[in-house]
This record gives sequence, structure tokens and C-alpha cells, in this order.
Amino acid sequence: MLFFSQLINGLQLGSIYALIALGYSMVYGIIRLLNFAHGDILMVGAYVALFSLTASFDPWLVITLTIITSTLLAIIIEKVTYTPLRNAPRLSVLITAIGVSILLQNLSQFFFGASGRPFPVHLLLEPTVFNFFGININNNSIITIIVTIVSMIVLTFIVKRTRLGKAMRAVSQDLDAARLMGVNVNNVVTFTFAVGASLAGIGSILYALRFPLISPNIGGILGLKAFVAAIVGGIGSIPGAMIGGYTIGILEVLVITFGLSGWTDGVVFLLLIIVLMFKPTGIMGKNIAEKV
Amino acid sequence: MKKILKFLNVNFIILFFASCGSAENNQNNTNEVTIGILAPLTGSVAHFGVSVYEGLRLFIDEYNARGGLQISYVIFDEQGTPTEAVVGYNWLMDQNVAAILGSVTSGATLAVAPFANEDNMPMISATSTHRNVTINTATEEPWGNVFRASFIDPFQGEKMAEFAREIIGANTAAILFNSETDYSIGLRDAFSQRATELGITIVAEESFGNDTVDFLGQLTNIATTNPDVFFIPAYHQDIALIGPQSALAGINTVMLGADGWDGALSYIGDPSPIEGAFFLSGFYAQSTTPIVQDFVANYQLRFETVPNMFAAQAYDAAKILIYAIEQAVNDGYSPSNNNFRNAVIANMANTDIDAVTGHIVFDNYNNPQKTAFIIQIVNGEEVFWGNF
Repeated sequence: MLFFSQLINGLQLGSIYALIALGYSMVYGIIRLLNFAHGDILMVGAYVALFSLTASFDPWLVITLTIITSTLLAIIIEKVTYTPLRNAPRLSVLITAIGVSILLQNLSQFFFGASGRPFPVHLLLEPTVFNFFGININNNSIITIIVTIVSMIVLTFIVKRTRLGKAMRAVSQDLDAARLMGVNVNNVVTFTFAVGASLAGIGSILYALRFPLISPNIGGILGLKAFVAAIVGGIGSIPGAMIGGYTIGILEVLVITFGLSGWTDGVVFLLLIIVLMFKPTGIMGKNIAEKV
Repeated sequence: MKKILKFLNVNFIILFFASCGSAENNQNNTNEVTIGILAPLTGSVAHFGVSVYEGLRLFIDEYNARGGLQISYVIFDEQGTPTEAVVGYNWLMDQNVAAILGSVTSGATLAVAPFANEDNMPMISATSTHRNVTINTATEEPWGNVFRASFIDPFQGEKMAEFAREIIGANTAAILFNSETDYSIGLRDAFSQRATELGITIVAEESFGNDTVDFLGQLTNIATTNPDVFFIPAYHQDIALIGPQSALAGINTVMLGADGWDGALSYIGDPSPIEGAFFLSGFYAQSTTPIVQDFVANYQLRFETVPNMFAAQAYDAAKILIYAIEQAVNDGYSPSNNNFRNAVIANMANTDIDAVTGHIVFDNYNNPQKTAFIIQIVNGEEVFWGNF
């Protein structure tokens, strides 16, 4: 029974990792950029949710506002910092991403203060624990898992069934060829950032429900874990990000279940090392030879 | 880049205090004594450092307003790291300070103590609770020159184990502690040892790290053991996450905490998960004692917030040190005198004063002998339960 309770905890944690890992993976798939500012977009989203909730806005308005702000923020970042560097060496863009991450963290420290602020969960969702045949399940984790799965179905639909999704897949295969075929590459890249950021916006609310203390540095650690999830699953692959997220989440909780609570991070990074040694492209990654 | 920043940082401090009177010139003048403060004003434990700095400043300014001996100070921001604390100590020594107030966290103070002992420097930490802060671990003898104004970790852990047994009547206990801080480990050790002696079975012991935000796995494990009490020796920001998540895990047990819980309510949105919890604190702001009421009123007037335990202990630490310096100066020792440091240390050891955290006398290990306040969370407020 303990095992099943813990499995649900792991699924909830994995859902949050997977939502963020998707943002990393999609952007990497399109323009080969590790967008290190992605975790910090989630952090800003969490603050938007915190302030709008404290101002006693309607919960649905809070959720909409959070997703819209995260998306707009990502579009602005993409237009202002990454678009001018489209033809620059990859390293320059990577350093810019790190710079944006530090900028967002420091701006948040300046405006919102360095110490954590409590997230008023009870204004959004009154926590309830159900006992289901001896398994403790809380409404919080059920909602997180369902929202994540629905988001993933919608995302898969966008990528597989829409024109923009087709353009995304084309750009990720070959950016120049896609441009020659008349795809507006800049719009596709911006759209990809926007989709990733809206998932981060959803993630920020799910994060705050489970971890109701928001501080400017939450994006860093969470982003790192999600990044590991994206690598383990195979960066650039959408199902890979989902599998990676759930793998990391469940692994962390299982390590704790077996009484090794001090070893969670160690085991996660050990898994990363093992994956990089034996299958460097990740679980779902394809082996494509780099053209020289 | 970091070096440049550090350089600018230090220069900023020198410039800032140069305008308050140059440190070196004061040493020949017994009407003014300069002391050095070590505290983290930036970094991850800055919230402790800022409270401590406020408490210190309040006492120093009140003291100077009385006339007579004047105390000036220089401060070094050690960012909560042991290495920076040692750098800061050396820098303060270069400023010819007469004594050291600091540092704030146990880790930083532990790093500085051996150097201060070598220089026979009078030193008092307001808040470092680790047992070894005042002890030379090589010989198990007290340093002699290092004092503190706070409880020690073993004392807190033992007290809470006794409280669990005698007041709550617990037979089983669970512990959730941070395996990366000396504070939390020290409390865990003392609690589980004393609890076992008293006949309490430790049914679950789980740990977490400094950056942990997810406690649900550990809490789910603990929930299945259904303990009579749940001891959480952690800092307030962790409590803000552990509280709500323990409700999700289905834990309804009485929670016990230590002085790291002080101020936890301001980090928690919905306090109902920690309702009924007891924690030990060195300070109670709603106390009716005149000395505490005056302190709280003056602090609120100046900093527009109710002082927490860290600020109160800092206020007391400044009082202990400055009274000892005053006594030494009255006895004819100036800071340039070779025996000044010995005199200050001897005076501190003989401290016998009423302070805002209780009546303070030191034991042979320079730890204050004070009574503990037990605070309970009732209807989302901190309520004084009693002395224990």
C-alpha cells in the first residue's frame, strides 16, 4: 500500500518534471539551444499566480493570467535576445540563455525579495486526502497528473495534426531546407518557445500547489532536474521528455521509499551518467551523425 | 569578476565607515572602542544575518545614546560561508577591532573560532547553536575566548525529547531532519538519544538536503508508521514546505520543533497543517516583562516589524560584550593595552545580567544558562505555552 501511495507521489513529481522537460526538449529540437532560462520562466509564472491569487482574482482568471504572462515573457525573450543571434555560433546563444536566466533571477530578487513567499494554496484548491483501499491519495496529485496528461495529448495533437506542427517538425529536421520550402522559420521558432512557455505556465501552478513557497531561485534546481529528465529521455524528442520526467520523478520517490532519503539526488545523477555512458542520445533519442 | 566584486565590496565597507570615524585612530582614545561584526547580509542565510544586524545596531545605538563610552563598529558580509567568514575575520583584525560579534551560522562561527582563539580575541556569537562552537574539539576543552548568546543544539534536542515524553506522553516518535546542516544533525542526535533513554521508540527517521522542496516521499513513509510525535529540527523555510505536504501525506500527529521554527508562520500561507505544533524558542515577543516590552517597542519603532529570536539574541550578545568592554575600560584598560582582551574575556565569563531572552549567566563552556520558552501554534498564531 505504501508502494502505491509513493508511486502516485512519484507520478505527480514526474508530471511537473515532464512539463518543464518538454519546454527544454522542444526548443532544443528546433534550434539546438539549451534554453537555461526556461526554469526561470516558471518562477516568474509562479509569482504571477501568487500575486493575482493574493489580490483575490477568480481562480480561472489566475490560471489564464499565469499562462499568458509566461508565454508573453518567453516570446519577448526570444525576440529580444535569441532572434538577433539566429546565425551566431551556438555557444553565444547558450551563454545568452544563461545570462537571461541570471537576469530573471536577479530582477525577481530585486522586485519580490530574496526570501520565499507563501503561496496561498487554499485559495485555489482545498487539499483533501482520500483513502482508496488503504492508499492515501490527495486531490492535488490527481489534478496534477490529469492536467499533465491532457496537456501532453493537446501538444501531441498540435505537433502531429496541425500545419504549424508540421512546420515545427520540418524545421527540426532541417532548418535551411524548411526555409527553402517556404516555411517562415522565425515564426515557427517563436511559436515553439510560446508552446514551451505555456507548458511552463501550467507547470508553475502545479508546482506551487505541491511546493507552496515561491522564491526567486526555485527555477534553478527545478530546471536542472527537468534538464536531466530531458537528457535521460532523449533531448529533442517529445515522448522522450515525458518518459524522462516520469522516470526521474518515480526514481526519486522510490529511492526514498526504500529508506535512502539522503541519496535521491545522487541516484538521479547516477542515472544520468549511466544513460550518457551507454545511450548518449537518451532513451528515445535517435542516433544521427553530425554533418561536418 | 568575483574578485573585482569582492574588492569593490570591501572598499564600499571601508568608505562607508570611514565617514563614521576611522577605526585606527580610535584605538588610542578610550572614549571610543571599535568592535567588528561578522554576519551574512547577502546569500542564502541573509535573512538570519539581517535580523542579527538589526538587533546589534539597536543595542549599540541605544548604548551610545546614554553618553560616556562610545562604541563604533565595522561589519564584514561573510555571505554565510565558512571561508568568507575567515577572510572577514582577518579583515576585521586588520581594522584593529577590539572584539568580534559573530558570526551568525554555526558553520561560519566554527571556522573562525580557532583563529580568534589564537589571537585571544574576545568573541561572542548571537545565534550559533552547534555544540562545538565554544569548544576546542582536539582537546574537548572550552576555547575560553568564544561565547554565545543562544542555546546549544544538544540542549534543545534533549528538552524536546523530555517534552514529548512528559507532557505529550509519547511512546513513539518520527524524525525528519536535514542531513546537510550541522544544526539539524545535532538536534536529531540529541533528540533520538534522549528519547530512547526515556523509553520512546523512534519508528521512522528520514532526511533531506539543503535544496529539497519535495518532502512528500519521506512524509508518506512517516505517515505509515503513525507516530505519537513528529520531531522536525529544520529552519522555517523548510517548515513552510513540510507543513502543507505533511497534510497531503495524511499526517495528523503533534509536531515538535526547535528554534529554527521561529518565524515559520510568516512563510506559510495556510497554517492549519502545523496547528497544535510545539517548538522551543529562546525568545517570546509577547512577554509581559518590561525589558522585553521595551525592546519590542523600540525595535518595532525602528525596523517596523516584530523582532524575531535572532534579533533578540543579537541584542543580548551586544549587551554582554559591550558591558564587558565598559567594565574593562572602567578598570583602566584601553584597547591598546595588552591585557585588555583578557579583561574583556574575564568580564564576559562573569556576566550576570537580565536580558531580553532571559537571565544570563555562563557555564564553564561559555554557554548561557537560560530557561526555554515553549511556543505552541494555536489558531494560526504563536502562543506562549510556558517555560519548560
